[in-house]
Amino acid sequence: MATDHPPAAADPAHPAVPLKGATRKGDRIFLGLSRGSGIALLAIMAAIAVFLTWRAALAISADEANFLTAFEWDANATPPRFGIAVLAFGTVVSSLIAMIVAVPVAVGIALFISHYAPRKLATPLGYVIDLLAAVPSIVYGLWGALFLVPHLSGLYEWLDDYFGWSGILTYEGGAARSLFTAGILLAIMILPIVTNVSREVFRQAPKMHEEAALALGATRWEVIRVSVLPFGRSGVISASMLGLGRALGETMAVATVLSPSFLIHASLLQPGGGTFAQNIAAGFKEAGATGRDALIASGLVLFVITLLVNGAARLIIARRKEYSGANA
Amino acid sequence: MSRPVVADAAPVAPVDAPSPAASLYRPRLPRWAPLGLVAVAAALGTGIGLVAGLDSRIQWGLIAALLYVGLTAVLAGAVEGTRQAKDRLATSFIWVCFLLAVIPLASLIWETVARGVTVLDGYFLTHSMNGVITMESGGGIYHALIGTLEQVGLATLIAAPVGLLTAIYLVEYGTGRLAKAVTFFVDVMTGIPSIVAGLFVLSFWIIILDFGYSGFAGAMSLAILMMPIVVRSTEEMLKLVPGELREASLALGVPKWRTILKVVLPTAIGGITTGIMLAVARVAGESAPILLLVFGSASINGNPFEGAQSSLPYYVYEQWANGNEPSYDRAWAAALVLIAFVMILNLVARGIARWKAPKH
Repeated sequence: MATDHPPAAADPAHPAVPLKGATRKGDRIFLGLSRGSGIALLAIMAAIAVFLTWRAALAISADEANFLTAFEWDANATPPRFGIAVLAFGTVVSSLIAMIVAVPVAVGIALFISHYAPRKLATPLGYVIDLLAAVPSIVYGLWGALFLVPHLSGLYEWLDDYFGWSGILTYEGGAARSLFTAGILLAIMILPIVTNVSREVFRQAPKMHEEAALALGATRWEVIRVSVLPFGRSGVISASMLGLGRALGETMAVATVLSPSFLIHASLLQPGGGTFAQNIAAGFKEAGATGRDALIASGLVLFVITLLVNGAARLIIARRKEYSGANA
Repeated sequence: MSRPVVADAAPVAPVDAPSPAASLYRPRLPRWAPLGLVAVAAALGTGIGLVAGLDSRIQWGLIAALLYVGLTAVLAGAVEGTRQAKDRLATSFIWVCFLLAVIPLASLIWETVARGVTVLDGYFLTHSMNGVITMESGGGIYHALIGTLEQVGLATLIAAPVGLLTAIYLVEYGTGRLAKAVTFFVDVMTGIPSIVAGLFVLSFWIIILDFGYSGFAGAMSLAILMMPIVVRSTEEMLKLVPGELREASLALGVPKWRTILKVVLPTAIGGITTGIMLAVARVAGESAPILLLVFGSASINGNPFEGAQSSLPYYVYEQWANGNEPSYDRAWAAALVLIAFVMILNLVARGIARWKAPKH
C-alpha cells in the first residue's frame, strides 16, 4: 500500500520533458511547502533539545550540590542547591509499579476482547476502551485524590499486616498519598493504551495457526499459548513500553495524589517522594529565575529518559511494520 | 473473519462407534456448571463475610472471586483432567482481569457524573470565578471554557496545516533520508511528555524572548503535542487512497499538486478530519503546559495573545488545590464538562470516519 503511488513523478529530479511552466512552478511550490513542514517538525525537535539543554546547563553550573545525587531541592535559595536523586527514584518506582500492575491486566483484557468475549460484546468493549483512553489525566487525578486515596488505606493496612516483614510495605497510618498510590493510579491510566495496542496485535495472530491448534484438539487456553501469545510477544512488549513512556511523563495525576517530600523511604506505602513531572508542576509557581532553570534541567532528564524508552518501543515495533501504536 | 468456533460443550470424539470412543471421550462439566459455581461462591463469600464479621463488601467479593476460581479449577481437574482445568483457570483469570479493569473505570465515570451534576447548571456555564470566595459555592467555568476553546483552536490552526503537509510529504514525495528522519522523529515526538513541551515553550518564548504568560504560549505547546498525532493519522489515511486514482489523474495531464489537492485529499478527507478531531480531543485535556504557560486566572480574558487565561483542565486542578468542599464540587462539575466535551469530540470524529469512509 505504501509504495503504490507513482514513483517516477515523486522523483526530485523533475521529468526531462518540459511541460508548461506554470504547472512546474505549482509543483515546486507545493513540494517546497510540504518538505518545509517536515523540516519544521525536525527543527522543533532540535529546538526542544537545544533550548532545554541550554537552560539546564545554566542551572547545573549554578548548582552548589551534586545535580545527580543530592537529596534536596532548594533551587530558589542562594546559593541554589538541588539534585534529582529523589525524583529519579520516585519516577522509576511509580512507573514500575504501574507496569507490574497494568501489563498483566491489560493483556488479560486484550485477550478477553479478542478471543473470549462474545462477539456482540467485543465491539462495544473496544469502543469503551478507546473512549477511556481519551479521559483527560486531570480527571484521573481528581478521582485519584478524592476517591482512590481514602479507599486505599484499608488495603495498605492489610498489606502492612501480612507483608510488613518485607520492609518495603510497612504503613504507619495517615492519608495514602504515597508512591504506591501514584503507581496504582498510573496503572489505571495506562491500562487503555496497553490494552488497545495488545488487542490489535492479538487480532492479527494468524487464523491458520489457531485453527491448526484447534484441529489438534487444543483447548482454548492452549490455542492462545501456542499461537497467539508467541505471535504477539513483541507487540505486547512495545505496548508496555508505550505505556511506560506515558507513566514516566504523567504530571497532573501524580501531582494530585502524592504528598511530596525530598526523602526516599524504604517503604513504598509511606507518603513522600516525588517524580520529575510532579515536581515541576508543584514547584513552578514559587520558582524564581534559577528555580525555573533548575526545573527545566530536571525536565531535560525526563525528556531523555522518555526518548530512550519510546525509541526502544519504536525499534521493537519497527521489526513488525504492520502495526503502529502511535494512533492508539 | 469469523472467529473459530471454540468447542464449549461439543465433544468431538464420539462421532462413530462407541468402542474406540470410550478412551477418547472425557466427561465434561455440564453447561450450567460455571453459573452454578458463581452462585455457590457468592453464597459462600457472603456466608464467610457474615460469620467473620468483615465489614467491607469488597472483601466479600474478593473472597467469593477466589473461591470461584479455586472451586472451578479443582472441580474441572477432578472431572475433566488437568488440561481442561488449566483452560478453565485461564478463562477465570481473564474474566477477573476484565472485571478488575471495569471497576475503577466505572467508578471514575460514576463519581464524576454523580458529583458533577450537583453543581452543573446554566449559571455555572455562564459565569467566571471573578470575585468568588473559594470557600463558598457559586462561580463557574465561563472563563475556562473561553480559554480552552481559544487555546485549542489556535493550537489546531498551527498544528493541522503543518501536520497535514508533513503527512503529504511523507506519503506523496518522501523517499530519501529526510523522509526516514521525519518518520522516526514523528514517532519520537508522540512520546514527548506534555510537561516537557510546556518547558520548551517556557524556555524559549517566556524566558528567552521575554513574552508574558498568554493563551498563545499554551497553544504553541499544545500544537507541539498535536502535530505528531495529526501526521500519523493523516499518513495512514493517505496510504489508503488507491494508487490507481493518482495514476488516472496524472495520466490526464493533471499536475501532481493538483492531483493531491483535488483527488487524493478529497478521497481521504473523512479520515483526516477524524484524526484532527481526535488530536484536538487529546490536547483539550492537557493541564500541565497550561499551568506553566497560561498561568491561570479567575476572570474572563478573551484575548489569547495578552495576559493570563484559564482552561478547563487547569480549572479542575486549581479548584482541587483549593481543598474545600465547594471547590471540590466545582472541580467535579468542570471535570464532567471536560469529559463530555472530549467524548463528544471522539464520538463525532468516529461518526465522520464511518460516514466518510472511502468505499471501493
